[in-house]
Amino acid sequence: MTKNTPNLPPHQDLQVQNQYAYDEIPSDLFVKAPLDQRKSEEIGTPAVSFWKEAFQRLIKNKGAMISLILLVFLIVLALIGPGMNEFSYREQNLAHSNLPPKIEGLEWMGFNGANSQGVDQYAERDVQINYWFGTDEFGRDLWTRVWRGTQISLFIALVAAALDLVIGVIYGGISSFYGGRIDNVMQRIIEILMGIPNLIVIILFILVLEPGITSIILAMVITGWVGMARVVRGQVLQLKGQEFVLASRTLGASNPRLISKHLLPNVMGPIIVTVMFTIPTAIFFEAFLSFIGLGLQAPLASLGVLIEDGYKSMRYFPYKLIFPALVISIIMISFNLLGDGLRDALDPKMRK
Amino acid sequence: MTRYLLQRIGFMLITLFIIVTATFFLMQLLPGTPFTNPEKLTDSQLAILNAKYGLDQPVAMQYIQYIGNLLQGDLGYSFQHEGRTVTSMISDRIGPSAFIGLQALVFGAVVGLLLGIVSALKHNSILDYGSVTLAVLGMSIPSFVFAALLQYYVGVKLGWLPVALWEGYSSTLLPSIALSVTVTATVARFIRSEMLEVIGQDYIITARAKGLKENQVMVKHVIRNALIPVVTMLGPLAVSIMTGTLVIEKIFAVPGLGEQFTLSILVLDYSVIMGITIFYSALFIFVVFVVDIIYSLLDPRINYKGGAA
Repeated sequence: MTKNTPNLPPHQDLQVQNQYAYDEIPSDLFVKAPLDQRKSEEIGTPAVSFWKEAFQRLIKNKGAMISLILLVFLIVLALIGPGMNEFSYREQNLAHSNLPPKIEGLEWMGFNGANSQGVDQYAERDVQINYWFGTDEFGRDLWTRVWRGTQISLFIALVAAALDLVIGVIYGGISSFYGGRIDNVMQRIIEILMGIPNLIVIILFILVLEPGITSIILAMVITGWVGMARVVRGQVLQLKGQEFVLASRTLGASNPRLISKHLLPNVMGPIIVTVMFTIPTAIFFEAFLSFIGLGLQAPLASLGVLIEDGYKSMRYFPYKLIFPALVISIIMISFNLLGDGLRDALDPKMRK
Repeated sequence: MTRYLLQRIGFMLITLFIIVTATFFLMQLLPGTPFTNPEKLTDSQLAILNAKYGLDQPVAMQYIQYIGNLLQGDLGYSFQHEGRTVTSMISDRIGPSAFIGLQALVFGAVVGLLLGIVSALKHNSILDYGSVTLAVLGMSIPSFVFAALLQYYVGVKLGWLPVALWEGYSSTLLPSIALSVTVTATVARFIRSEMLEVIGQDYIITARAKGLKENQVMVKHVIRNALIPVVTMLGPLAVSIMTGTLVIEKIFAVPGLGEQFTLSILVLDYSVIMGITIFYSALFIFVVFVVDIIYSLLDPRINYKGGAA
């Protein structure tokens, strides 16, 4: 083949054979790009930090963003909802008991104040004020109670998650960072705790401590921190052996510096994700305990207490069950979706 | 393997012992007395009752006696039901619980597997999104909320199935469905992500490269390998079913162990609470143990060589 086109260098020969019309571009028109050794190491676009990148990934996740908006909306309602009308969560008004929900202008959505027979209770009983979510058997306004209950449920969940976080991070951190015999003993303790069904422990503790916000939180934390400790330990064990930690250690970094500068920031992702899943679990347990009669005492209300009250009279007053059930379901779904989204965003390897 | 087994059994016993001890001493701290209307009893009657149940002895003696009886399978007498042993109460009550529990497990596993497999095979299709949404709903909505709504709409409004009654097979359906929701969702999510991971493995490329039909690749290689880790879910699933039975039996009036437990909590029947706690814990520990063994038998890549797992 070279014989037929002797005037062309071998690489152009190939192109000719492939019948590209390169004939009109002589080889001397090609100019070599300058190759600068230093340039090749240069970073073209501005550096994006891990957190910024994760945030961008999170924003792209529709489910997580909708959940976030819903959660913010519910939290705001939980905070300002009880103050939006003149009723308090504990004030009883027996003349106004068991009124169905009624909202001016939203009658077509079922907020028409009619009971299960379709009779407008407000007209029949000559009630002038509208109760947006109706009233319970003592005439307490359910709108106020639902948001007040949401407040309490969220408070319990957040405090329990925060305590789990602190205990779990410290325990898991110590266990994995120091390793050896300490780790061994601490792990055996965790293994035994893991072997006990946590619901049983929670129930027993509530029985001993008397129901109340503090005792519910304490009972949940007693077993709840184990999950966080395991996550932290696993992560730290993995990181501890990596080169950057070794390098830092070789350069003489002290243990506190290693922990705060290298280990903690790298464990942050899994910790945040674990917290996001701890919160709905805590909300569930609180509601669960209330439902089996170990929850808060009247007149305090949490979502669980409201669901249990609503359940008892669901046959005749289904609205009492539906509103708290809806709120708790939205909260649980949103936290789970947000947790999923955060996990995907913070650990792209895990993405499925 | 033998060493691992022995180690595990040792740990099971230690855990169980700690649970028994903790339960016993927690019960001592409980407020209230175990007798209904203690104010109606005279001092001598109380003394007789205390003597009968061994409550007049020091706590240490009660503890030793309790452990001794426990080793012989004797969980003591109920404080509320005259002459009933806790063991007999548990064995009377375990039937309905086990039935709806196992039925829920089967429902959940079958539906969950179908949903998970379909959504992995049709990845990123409407079917996939649909079943993922269902799974998120099932995981998130508390089982008792779902059970209450199910009871209201299917039982009360439509009247298709008994609302709260324990009679005949049809009455087991609603509680089982309510219990199975979490199982369905967990299994569906799990099998979906497992399958997607297996599909990305090298041996699947090999299977395709050697000319296997897509059906064969999926059934023989993907689904089979994805099923193995599902066994590990059995432990957590058993727990979620046990948790679920506590409330769901209450909602649907199932005469099971969960209902007995919630009842006993309300009337402070100490010995029954203790007995059921220990029974649940032992069951839980045993299930986790069996699951681990099955898993190691199923997946040859896992090998317990005596060391700590």
